Amino acid sequence: MSAQTLTVEQVWEWLEQIPDPEIPVISIVDLGVVRDVTLQDDKVKVVITPTYSGCPAMREIAESITSELAGRGVRQLSLETRIAPAWTTDWMSDTGKSKLEAYGIAAPQAKGEPKRCPQCKSTAVEKISQFGSTPCKAQWRCLDCLEPFEYFKCI
Amino acid sequence: MTTSDPYLFEFLLRQGDNPLVLGHRTSEWCGHAPALEEDIALANTALDLIGQTQLWLGYAAEVEGQGRSNNDLAYLRDVYDFRNVLMLEVPNEDFARTMLRQFLFDAFQVPWLTELQSSSDQRVSDIAVKSLKEALYHFERSADTVVALGDGTEVSHEHMQTALNYLWPYSGELFGTDDTDKAIEERGIAPLPSSVREAWNVTVSTTLAAATLTAPDDPFAHSGGRTGKRHTEHLGHMLATMQILQRSHPGAQW
Repeated sequence: MSAQTLTVEQVWEWLEQIPDPEIPVISIVDLGVVRDVTLQDDKVKVVITPTYSGCPAMREIAESITSELAGRGVRQLSLETRIAPAWTTDWMSDTGKSKLEAYGIAAPQAKGEPKRCPQCKSTAVEKISQFGSTPCKAQWRCLDCLEPFEYFKCI
Repeated sequence: MTTSDPYLFEFLLRQGDNPLVLGHRTSEWCGHAPALEEDIALANTALDLIGQTQLWLGYAAEVEGQGRSNNDLAYLRDVYDFRNVLMLEVPNEDFARTMLRQFLFDAFQVPWLTELQSSSDQRVSDIAVKSLKEALYHFERSADTVVALGDGTEVSHEHMQTALNYLWPYSGELFGTDDTDKAIEERGIAPLPSSVREAWNVTVSTTLAAATLTAPDDPFAHSGGRTGKRHTEHLGHMLATMQILQRSHPGAQW
């Protein structure tokens, strides 16, 4: 791709193709991890932020961005990790939230608990554990269909 | 020391070494916790703490300006260069002590990081904002667990009371004041740790009452960890495990 046709919108579109390494049904853009994209001549700058300070997926995310953009012909990329403003679940897109639910993970809710079971949609749910398989999730259970499910923690 | 800002460096080491040492202790539970959910919770808590450490020690390394990284500070310093409070380095012993210690620390971190959010130093403020979200989440779990186990069975109550008697004399060090604290306070980087003691007292006494636990009536407080003057014998053993890879294979990377 020549430098003349490269646009910020194009880079965002490419980044939207990159799945989150731990929850591959949503992209790193849906998750709100990509904070900014800027272009200077043919140099691309991408700013990312961690969900949790110790999120082990950050390195993988950085590597995916590097290889995705290199594959698209971006020759000069600078990646910056920024912690402020601190990531919040509010940054997750609506598309991201519905994809999560379709995948079986309850979307984050402002009141701090899942609205319903992602499987049978019952609202009778209870917490099993505050933590789950990744730093960003907790374990819940449905009292109707009895299925355990993961809930994306709200921070 | 040739660091241009030794007080800030010292302050940042204290900020980073607390979550580092507690994070390592907590990670020792991985694969050993009493239930799978607890194992996952402990490992995740440890991960958050290590993540916070990377931020604090990363800034400390920059302020020091000697070309060291946050990894160098974590893996290549010796016992007396560590600035964590002693309470966080004593062995886990059992689940009761582990959770009570987490609670006593979380009850400090929440008001402390809340204060640091308005630090005159932007980096300190940014790290505090990020860490506070996690500390609040940890606090919710550790406080609930202290109540559940303290006000649980006769056996769990006894374990918790034993843990409290052991940890109590270590808790006072969180609120120590020395020249570093005063210099940092004057510059508006952080208030004196003693300024959050009242908030801590209220949280701790309310939770302990709900847990039917009684704090020892003795103001004695061990000290020496946050100044590096006198660590317990346990820290060296812990570091031997924590640092062995970088000591045996300097510069090794994943």
